[in-house]
Amino acid sequence: MEVGIVGYGVYIPRYRIKVEEIAKVWGTDAERVKRGLFLEEKSVPGPDEDAATIAVEAARNAVKRSGINPQDIGAIYVGSESHPYAVKPTATIVAEAIEATPDLTAADYEFACKAGTAGIQTCMGMVGSNMIKYGMAIGTDTAQGAPGDPLEYTAAAGAAAVIVGKNGGQTIASIEDTYSYTTDTPDFWRREMRPYPKHGGRFTGKPAYFKHVLSAAHGLLRKLQLTPKDFAYAVFHQPNGKFPLQAGKELGFAKEQIMPGLIVQKIGNTYSGASMIGLAAVLDQAKPGERILVVSYGSGSGSDAFSIMVKDGIEAKRNIAPKVADYVNNKTYIDYSTYAKFKQLLVR
Amino acid sequence: MAVPRFWREISNRYNLIGTKCGNCNKVFFPPRYLCPKCRRIGKLEPYKLNGKGKIISFTVTHVAPNGFEDQAPYALAIIELDEGPRLTAQVTDCDPNQIKIGDRVEMIFRRIGQDGEDGAIYYGYKARLV
Amino acid sequence: MRKVAIIGVGLTKFGELWDVSLRRLMLEAGARAIEDAGIDGKKIDAMYVGNMSAGQFISQEHIASLIVDHAGLTPIPCTRVEAACASGGSALRQAVITVASGIHDIVVAAGIEKMTDVLAEQTTEALITAADQEWEAFVGATFPGLYALMARRHMYEFGTTEAQLAKVAVKNHHNACFNPCAQYQMEITVEDVLNSAPVTTPLKLLDCSPITDGAACVILAPFDRAREFTDTPILVAGTGQASDTISLHDRPTLTGIAATNKAAELAYKMAGVGPNDIDLAEVHDCFTIAEIMAIEDLGFCKKGDGGKVTERGETAIGGRIPINTSGGLKGKGHPIGATGIAQAVEITQQLRGEAGKRQVNGAEIGLTHNVGGSGGTVVVHIMRRGD
Repeated sequence: MEVGIVGYGVYIPRYRIKVEEIAKVWGTDAERVKRGLFLEEKSVPGPDEDAATIAVEAARNAVKRSGINPQDIGAIYVGSESHPYAVKPTATIVAEAIEATPDLTAADYEFACKAGTAGIQTCMGMVGSNMIKYGMAIGTDTAQGAPGDPLEYTAAAGAAAVIVGKNGGQTIASIEDTYSYTTDTPDFWRREMRPYPKHGGRFTGKPAYFKHVLSAAHGLLRKLQLTPKDFAYAVFHQPNGKFPLQAGKELGFAKEQIMPGLIVQKIGNTYSGASMIGLAAVLDQAKPGERILVVSYGSGSGSDAFSIMVKDGIEAKRNIAPKVADYVNNKTYIDYSTYAKFKQLLVR
Repeated sequence: MAVPRFWREISNRYNLIGTKCGNCNKVFFPPRYLCPKCRRIGKLEPYKLNGKGKIISFTVTHVAPNGFEDQAPYALAIIELDEGPRLTAQVTDCDPNQIKIGDRVEMIFRRIGQDGEDGAIYYGYKARLV
Repeated sequence: MRKVAIIGVGLTKFGELWDVSLRRLMLEAGARAIEDAGIDGKKIDAMYVGNMSAGQFISQEHIASLIVDHAGLTPIPCTRVEAACASGGSALRQAVITVASGIHDIVVAAGIEKMTDVLAEQTTEALITAADQEWEAFVGATFPGLYALMARRHMYEFGTTEAQLAKVAVKNHHNACFNPCAQYQMEITVEDVLNSAPVTTPLKLLDCSPITDGAACVILAPFDRAREFTDTPILVAGTGQASDTISLHDRPTLTGIAATNKAAELAYKMAGVGPNDIDLAEVHDCFTIAEIMAIEDLGFCKKGDGGKVTERGETAIGGRIPINTSGGLKGKGHPIGATGIAQAVEITQQLRGEAGKRQVNGAEIGLTHNVGGSGGTVVVHIMRRGD
């Protein structure tokens, strides 16, 4: 493959709610929840934020970090489970807000939490085939967790944007290859016009997340003739802190390879943003010559695996825009009643 | 607000595109289409503002107009951008009672309102303390 | 240019007038003015009506036609004047200019607003149309919000306090107790104001003028003919109007309204007087801060001293420069289009010595000050006793 990443950016809203705050309302043992999920708190979007505004800030950070002229972006794909409109794309709002219009194509994607990485693959194809110079893929969500449902502890908000271009002077990392594993597996879904998703409980584990993540990883490693030792980092989709560690272990990765890309403990599951924000966290510290495995997972189901090789260009660009840690650490705690107001559970 | 009316100002609202007089170099935001000083001689071109500025005055609004009730109480401020023009905007992501005159801000992209549950969503600028 | 006199005035009760429609309200004020002038209605040559928002409050435009029709005065020309809260003052100025020019002799300047039929939210929305819709209203600015931005800056630059703002409301409510037409006849204290619910900081409920129905009417004639109708003609000695940017953020200062300076300058010049010659003034106290800025901008005290001057009682009836003896917008009420005319009614009654317990002794020269929006339009008139 001759394509790589020329820029990346993230955004995480500043509000946080702790597991203790939510557990208090439902009379659950907070410590048990924290241990079980390996998670402490999650991000909450403010009342004037949605998947579009969050995507815009991530996209603006990506453009800034990349140093490219946004007019050279030929395609924008925004993947989300919480697009503000059911019909009217988030991608055009982002395109306008980063001054990429009008010479481009754009569309919105949905594939649960892997909608963003699906966009990366599309951009790879369009750039690699010389259809466009640069393509931007965004994973963004303001995820909904029904009150009292276990997902309430983890359903969070955040976005990451990746700009794909031909390998060359602007590249900070090259995308060596990608492999996807896709089946019709109904582990988690949301019906049209219903506010909250439903899921299959324990069914979301082995037959869903693990089957697809492991198969995609195996598929990619086989394709590239690589083993876990060839990678410095492994980033997995992170619905909680436990699943990625378990998946990595089963694949033969060490905990040290997984921890840098694991940020769910402090911000929750950002759904379409999750694996891409994990990738960004790694890019914030990785050195040229290091290889990164990224495996996303989207319910319904599928996994996209990528092998990414960090290049020299990363050093110059890394600090141009806020890093993942900057957003993770910039936080204000709120209580459950404020959370309920922000999430419109309480409406005047 | 009617959809065409909102659409017309999208690039101004999303990207802080104002105008600049080619004759006296004065920058206008919100945009003006006639320079009050140079009048016929002034030629106004689009000009993108940086988005950085400081708070000149502010108020915390408790009794909010239609469509803004969810956000009340919110801070509303007059902000002087570094290039000179002043604008009115909400200050978001902070405790409104902690704001002071002179605080530095950056303008960011946020949801301003909507035309009811079925209508268009209005995006635009708000300020955030830096 | 001829000299112009006020020969008759009339005012309805101001308040929440559920039983009275816009057209009946206007008739009531008009009838009182005609009786006061002792004139036959058929002698009226032209009318101007100030009204901000009949379209939004009662879905009625073309007010001019409606009113002249129901007054039984067709086919005389009638023109509706709109300048937000300065609609009344602006209508008065148009009427003055019309008489001064010689085109018409007996001209009515009326003002009316019927605000209370709609819910409070709709009223707020109607009022903010006085501001810039794209760049102020769109981002969540309210009318009190814009004045609150001015108040906070005034406090920051000059040390004006919330208690000083409250004193304006206390004084105006006190004065309104002596005004049978006023919406409120109740005393309040500084504590009452400070404890009232926050609307938009630092302004609280009792810092804000109310929502009111009301109508007012003055009848003008050439000064040389005034004695045909009245023994106490009141000369309109000066008229001035000025404009400024519609948006507050486009002005270089937030602590004063430049259009007030400009309009007052024109009126003072025409009347051949200065601020020290003014015996009393009706100023536009839509919010308490507005009165404080007004007395500074009109030259009654130095810029920044408005709060202290009010605190010292200099603007009370009997003080150095009585302000808003009628109760002002705060105590009397603020039916938007009527306010500018109602101010002229008060000054006329004061100069005639007919103000009862509100009377300023020996009042000879009075001033009215009417502001549109956050200061985009200001109209100032100066009246003096005609003898």
